[in-house]
Amino acid sequence: MPIALTPSSVPVRVDEDLCIAHKGCTVCVDVCPLDVLAIDFSKGKAFMKFDECWYCMPCEQDCPTGAVTVDIPYLLR
Amino acid sequence: MDTLRQTHYQTVDVLVIGGGTAGPMAAVKAKEANPALRVLLLEKANVKRSGAISMGMDGLNNAVVPGFATPEQYVKEITTANDGIVNQATVMAYAQNSYPMIEELDRWGVKFEKDETGDFAMRKVHHMGTYVLPMPEGHDIKKVLYRRLKRARVEITNRLVATRLLLAQDGSIAGAMAFDCRTGEFHVIRAKSVVLSTGAAGRLGLPSSGYLFGTYENPTNAGDGYSMAYHAGAELSGIECFQINPLIKDYNGPACAYVTGPFGGYTTNSKGERFIECDYWSGQMMQEFYDELQGGNGPVFLKLDHLAEETISTIETILHTNERPSRGRFHEGRGTDYRQQMVEMHISEIGLCSGHSASGVWVDEHAATTVAGLYAAGDLACVPHNYMLGAFVYGKLAGESAAARCAQVELAEVDEAQVVAERLRVWAPLERKDGLPPSQVEYKLRRMVNDYLQPPKVTRKMEIGLARFEAIRADLDRLQAPGPHELMRAMEVHAIRDCAELAARASLYRTESRWGLYHNRTDYPERNDADWFVHVQVKKVDGVMTCFKRTVAPYIVPLGEHEMSAYQRLRVGPKQAQEATAAGELATASA
Repeated sequence: MPIALTPSSVPVRVDEDLCIAHKGCTVCVDVCPLDVLAIDFSKGKAFMKFDECWYCMPCEQDCPTGAVTVDIPYLLR
Repeated sequence: MDTLRQTHYQTVDVLVIGGGTAGPMAAVKAKEANPALRVLLLEKANVKRSGAISMGMDGLNNAVVPGFATPEQYVKEITTANDGIVNQATVMAYAQNSYPMIEELDRWGVKFEKDETGDFAMRKVHHMGTYVLPMPEGHDIKKVLYRRLKRARVEITNRLVATRLLLAQDGSIAGAMAFDCRTGEFHVIRAKSVVLSTGAAGRLGLPSSGYLFGTYENPTNAGDGYSMAYHAGAELSGIECFQINPLIKDYNGPACAYVTGPFGGYTTNSKGERFIECDYWSGQMMQEFYDELQGGNGPVFLKLDHLAEETISTIETILHTNERPSRGRFHEGRGTDYRQQMVEMHISEIGLCSGHSASGVWVDEHAATTVAGLYAAGDLACVPHNYMLGAFVYGKLAGESAAARCAQVELAEVDEAQVVAERLRVWAPLERKDGLPPSQVEYKLRRMVNDYLQPPKVTRKMEIGLARFEAIRADLDRLQAPGPHELMRAMEVHAIRDCAELAARASLYRTESRWGLYHNRTDYPERNDADWFVHVQVKKVDGVMTCFKRTVAPYIVPLGEHEMSAYQRLRVGPKQAQEATAAGELATASA
């Protein structure tokens, strides 16, 4: 069955200047109840991989450097 | 996929599935009951931040505190709020254990609001008694639980998704099966007793925004436990008593009239008039809410704009730092300020959740289900209106019961046929080269749930719904997952489909209306106590989803005729409305 990929504006933003995933930090990935964050190993930065967000905010709250911001998903804004 | 995929076996004494609220308490209490037992807490996400209270909670909705209420009064209140269909013994077990649990949590470091003398600062929100205890600093509750888990030396595994329970030859519990949502590896966990505490079926209805994960409940709670209990042959009860909540329009947080109520906030129609006497969530309250929403005076609002600045600041601090802290961000984006505007409200999608209504896995007053060795606690276990404190109390009861069983039984043999069948089912979406994306199947399924099951319930619509769910069953065999994460979503669709069928069949079976909007059947509009003063149970019998009646056990706390109808009189009359509104404004002016 043919599959198309539809782009989606995602609610979690990561400030790559502040993110310390390249030093081994995975806090935001660890605390997400829906497991939607991941580390991009080519860049050593965290990012939102799946648009499946409850905007519950542990990722933002628990980030040690304040790199993560959770927006309200566009559909609800 | 690849040949590296493995199956891991391990053996414990007590397996607790779900590490949100009830689960950690069950694990700690099982370990405290017998420190020699191997207790494993299995969590789909991460125990540090999982479940309905991942960001904390702003209060206890149903605290039975001496001096404010007795267990007997509480049992009456919930019997009335749930239109008489309760197993009072379970509600009584909660009520009697409620205060000792508050004291224990207080010792553990959970912060409850206290007055200047150090007593708990109780607030009245319910129709009859006083049961609300605020927790303005309740954001730390998961940290407190995590410390207790570490202290009790409970073993924890994160990111394991349980999919089926393992049964012994005699139908009792033998363990559970799960897969790792990071690696896809399959796990078989043998246990003498299992506690299910996987939360609500929160991804049943589709929020009107269309965003699959914008649900009232934590969307990780997809109904996995309801599905597992059903396939293990456990009785489920009150499934037709849906969960529907009054929420902020478009935002999935509660408008929290019951938090703002004690400060002077209230629910109004578009004219700024009160229309309900009591903001405590019940089916009857939701029916009045729905009528106002659909009527000429709709929509419905939360009114705070008459309150003093310091009161509003306090409300903002509570509502924007606990439970759903992104709420402030939502209001900011819409330009809503409690000082100037009323907050538009709406009703939530439907769900199954005994914590709020009564839909759950049947348990007795020791948290035992009808499957030997299987216990249930929290939003999933049928103890009506149990909320967070009920999850803690039934977590404790389940943990203690599960530990006690370990001394009495031998570990059951594993039936390899069950393992092989389940592993085949779980890995199938990974094996398919071509197929349907789980997100699309989920969207369609949940849209059908809205179209055909959302109250008011109509017989013919629910029958069509069942036919649609049956058609989607065939689509499950076409689900394709490129990786373990998508596999988690695919297996959740299986559970959601089971819950949709449970919801439809239980609703069709009860041919009367009860619990206000929760089970409002337009073609059977009257309550019919002669035929339906019973629990409706659903169970898998010879592979078929079967509904039957279970007698309501004789009340241990009898109710008078007048007391039984208290929740039927929630609507404020027109003259009363003006007086109530005026009185509210007067109180504010003098505050």
